[in-house]
Amino acid sequence: MAEVLLKIEGIHKRFGGLHALNDVGLTINKGEIYGLIGPNGAGKTTLFNVLTGLYVPDEGSFTFDGKNLFQAKPHIVVESGIARTFQNIRLFAEMTALENVMVGRHIRSKAGALGAVLRDRRTREEERAIEAKAWELLEYVGITDVAEERARNLSYGHQRRLEIARALATEPKLLALDEPAAGMNPRETEELKELMSKIAKGGVTVLLIEHDVKLMMGLCDRIAVLDYGKKIAEGVPEEVRRNPKVIEAYLGAAHA
Amino acid sequence: MTKAQDSKKVGVFIASAIALCVLPFIVGGSLGNSWVRIVDFALLYVMLALGLNIVVGFAGLLDLGFIAFYAVGAYTYALLSSPHFGLHLPFYITIPLGALFAAFFGILLGTPVLRLKGDYLAIVTLGFGEIIRIFMNNLNAPVNITNGPQGINLIDPIHVAGVDLGTPISLFGLNLPPVYLYYYLFLVLTVIVVIMAWRLQHSRIGRAWVALREDQIAASAMGINIRNIKLLAFALGALSGGVAGGLFSAFQGFVSPESFSLLESIMILAMIVLGGMGNIAGVILGAVVLTIAPEILRDVIGPLQMKTMGRMLIDPENARMLLFGLAMVAMMLVRPEGMLPSKRRKAEFRDAKAAAAQKG
Ligand SMILES: Nc1ncnc2c1ncn2[C@@H]1O[C@H](COP(=O)(O)OP(=O)(O)OP(=O)(O)O)[C@@H](O)[C@H]1O
Ligand SMILES: [Mg+2]
Repeated sequence: MAEVLLKIEGIHKRFGGLHALNDVGLTINKGEIYGLIGPNGAGKTTLFNVLTGLYVPDEGSFTFDGKNLFQAKPHIVVESGIARTFQNIRLFAEMTALENVMVGRHIRSKAGALGAVLRDRRTREEERAIEAKAWELLEYVGITDVAEERARNLSYGHQRRLEIARALATEPKLLALDEPAAGMNPRETEELKELMSKIAKGGVTVLLIEHDVKLMMGLCDRIAVLDYGKKIAEGVPEEVRRNPKVIEAYLGAAHA
Repeated sequence: MTKAQDSKKVGVFIASAIALCVLPFIVGGSLGNSWVRIVDFALLYVMLALGLNIVVGFAGLLDLGFIAFYAVGAYTYALLSSPHFGLHLPFYITIPLGALFAAFFGILLGTPVLRLKGDYLAIVTLGFGEIIRIFMNNLNAPVNITNGPQGINLIDPIHVAGVDLGTPISLFGLNLPPVYLYYYLFLVLTVIVVIMAWRLQHSRIGRAWVALREDQIAASAMGINIRNIKLLAFALGALSGGVAGGLFSAFQGFVSPESFSLLESIMILAMIVLGGMGNIAGVILGAVVLTIAPEILRDVIGPLQMKTMGRMLIDPENARMLLFGLAMVAMMLVRPEGMLPSKRRKAEFRDAKAAAAQKG
């Protein structure tokens, strides 16, 4: 029996009159790659924002790794082990790639203002460890050659990878990726797919939003489909592909 | 880094250390002690500007009421070391206490403005600065705490290890008046503040501030506690403002609400902007230039008018502000990133310019 990592039930999120998430529930198991698909405006990113504390859900329940995270603040969510990337890349543009990843170590390090000022041995060691870990992660996603470049000058594909490295720096149990392949060419997409498989094999559960259905079918263990804020299907890729509701709402359009 | 560069650095360091040590003698000897006094003030402003730079330059939070923390530090010292209450506590109690009070007020200001940004934040902080000043002005009734607009007089000078910095001493045949003695005290504290600011900037905390400044949402998604990191910036900035305030009190021997006007807050902000926001060397330069330049203008404008036109056409005080304003505008047009911007800030300006060029 698979072990449950994340479980949400009855999540509602409204923006004025718009019911962006309507009674959404889903369960993600440890170690799987879980896909989230749906037409534009279905509420996928909104769900990510709710899961990472950027939006406060109106109703529902949210437990992660045995902890109640309903309406929790973003830093609590990160500390509990959820990290994310953004659909429209949000790097610290004027920081170097390395510094970006070092910021990702914030939650896993401790030095406060006093430590920073006194520069005691523990602080120095921690700082060294932060930098070493950041290099290691740049290496892991394959962009050490641009470590000292400012993030804004990186190519699109490199920026996407950097964002993943920065998210991994928080040592997540669940990594949520919002359309990481958007704007990538087929070769880059293929490399990204390999990277995601590598991350999953390394023991990090992956939650993935992506429009590229073929990619999703090949990569995900299970997939949920959102449409107009509602979950209309969930299951292994083959089931989802055959679900008439899904065909109508999403795949239908793609296959037509 | 090569050995040659290393030894060059050490050389520069030793040379500037020596220069800073003999500076009051050179300035005092050539221009007189009133100029040493101005140099002392420049050091106070360096401390203030570095404090405000933590808030504005590092964390990106616009604060137009920074002088309030200077006031809190100054009044703490004044009330605890003067005949006003008959208390004469030593400086090593009053100055840290003033700094802590200022930090407390920093948090007091920071808490309600956590959600505010940009213009709104500027307005509220401006109001806060004014409130503190108005309090100082009016806390003389029903119970006389601050002595109102008259301010507090006869504040104790600082005594360090039995030496009264308020009276001249002679050392190895050298006569050292108070402005020299305070110079060395201020220098030591300024160096400490510089080191603190530099170490903070290059730490986990400093990185979190930059992250906050660049993208608050991404910063929170990295697990940075936005509330704490903002309050920390307000508190630490206020802390150094408070230290400078206490020193000011002791140095002047007199404080009144007048010294803590909005114009002062704006001046300190101007030092940062002119010097190069976020870059410690730039901020120091900005503070020194903006303290010294108006004084030079004061010495030059009046006599110049008399000489060229035979009479005083424009009141020197007005002319000074006018020239000063023009210089600031010119500077912002020619070099908006400041005299010595940080690499990152320079890049931001370049990118903003490029983006604007693309759009229009
Ligand atoms: N902060 C907000 N305020 C108001 N409406 C919002 C907000 N965020 C999202 N929405 C709305 O919620 C709906 C769902 O948006 P969301 O971004 O979650 O869609 P999505 O599934 O990620 O779409 P896409 O595939 O285009 O990224 C949209 O109608 C959007 O306009
Ligand atoms: Mg989206």
